[in-house]
Amino acid sequence: MQIHVSPTDGIPIYLQIVNQIQYLISSGRIAAGEELPPIRVLAEQLLVNPNTVARAYRELELAGAVEKRRTAGTYVAEGGSRLARKERLKILARRIDALLAESRQMNVPLDELIDLLRQRDRVMAPAHSGD
Amino acid sequence: MVTTAHHEPEESPVLEITEVSRRFGDKLALDDVSIAIPPGTVLGLVGENGAGKTTLIKHVLGLLKAQAGTVRVFGLDPVIEPVKVLSQIGYLSEEPDLPGWMRVHELIRYVQAFYKTWDAKYANELREQFALDPKARIKTLSKGQRARAGLLVALAYRPRLLVLDEPSSGLDPIVRRDILGAIIRTIADEGRTVLFSSHLLSEVERVSDRVAMLKAGRLVFHGDLADIKQSHRRVTLRFDKAINSPPPLPGAFGWTGAGHEWTALFDLQFEHVETEATRYGAEIVDRGSPTLDEIFFARTGGNGSAALASHAQE
Repeated sequence: MQIHVSPTDGIPIYLQIVNQIQYLISSGRIAAGEELPPIRVLAEQLLVNPNTVARAYRELELAGAVEKRRTAGTYVAEGGSRLARKERLKILARRIDALLAESRQMNVPLDELIDLLRQRDRVMAPAHSGD
Repeated sequence: MVTTAHHEPEESPVLEITEVSRRFGDKLALDDVSIAIPPGTVLGLVGENGAGKTTLIKHVLGLLKAQAGTVRVFGLDPVIEPVKVLSQIGYLSEEPDLPGWMRVHELIRYVQAFYKTWDAKYANELREQFALDPKARIKTLSKGQRARAGLLVALAYRPRLLVLDEPSSGLDPIVRRDILGAIIRTIADEGRTVLFSSHLLSEVERVSDRVAMLKAGRLVFHGDLADIKQSHRRVTLRFDKAINSPPPLPGAFGWTGAGHEWTALFDLQFEHVETEATRYGAEIVDRGSPTLDEIFFARTGGNGSAALASHAQE
């Protein structure tokens, strides 16, 4: 599981882990029923406090994205990806808020911003679709 | 307080420092400091040089007697019961005081004799992992290898409390990684407890559950790391008139800026910042979550800091 943690980011480390696992689930890179690495293993890999990883797993469990099983492992929940999608939209909404704040600051009207968004999407499209 | 993964909050703290003050001549080195570390957690102790970190650690080790207040480690007074306390503390300082004439294997045998709980298998694992040559004399080791040797003898008896005083100062990133890895393994193994002082705040952010910050002997804050980060905001304001000094906004400290644009951290009431700012003819142009580094510098800078203005400066 590829996660990158940055202490210089303003976001608490457990939230960085939560957001990235949510993203991995919603993008299908971790499938429903798949086991997450044990807390200790992920802590040593990321070089962060195991309690921080445990806290991230608890948050994910509360959000319904993962579930603890009696065999002591943590697994991606059925339907976890649906919830994770909602979470992903929430992350995007925050980025959009920042973009809107900035465009207002620069006196760029919303219609123009949407046009710009479409235009950028066309520029970006060939690199990402891969067809 | 946020509960930890391995333990319930009602468990009594491994380390409890209550209202400790310490004076060296005219200088107040510790001023009414209270800190508690619950079992299975890592406390990161931060502060500038001379802020009192090492003095505090010396009280934990029983090397200094509290002039006022109490220090309890595993519920014991380390000055009265040094053997019981020290036999369960693993200690590593910035310059580990190891006998230079000894060879690595002699050092291991020598330290082993002091501890009933010594785990020879674990010691050997660490020696191999750290690539320490058993026949090498301590004085011929590099600074990094000496730090690893110090870490080995601090860990191999599996102490209940690991105390690290600026362990990674002046060491290269690979040795620092070993030290961080050791802290993480210590915590992961049966929920042992760590007190870790450092000025490398990105390391403190990685491994700490809780952070205590000292400034000129006083605790500036002490609490859950995620809570501390979430209770601070960085806000940049743009004023309609250029100003020479920032306005006295409630909860603002660590101001930087000039003319129209000023940035500050807020530690309380930041939901009212917008209304307050409007009163001074300013609007918010940027806001975000500060890093521990930014909080630290804003706190230690004393730059228009309302929260710290009442405290004596060094």
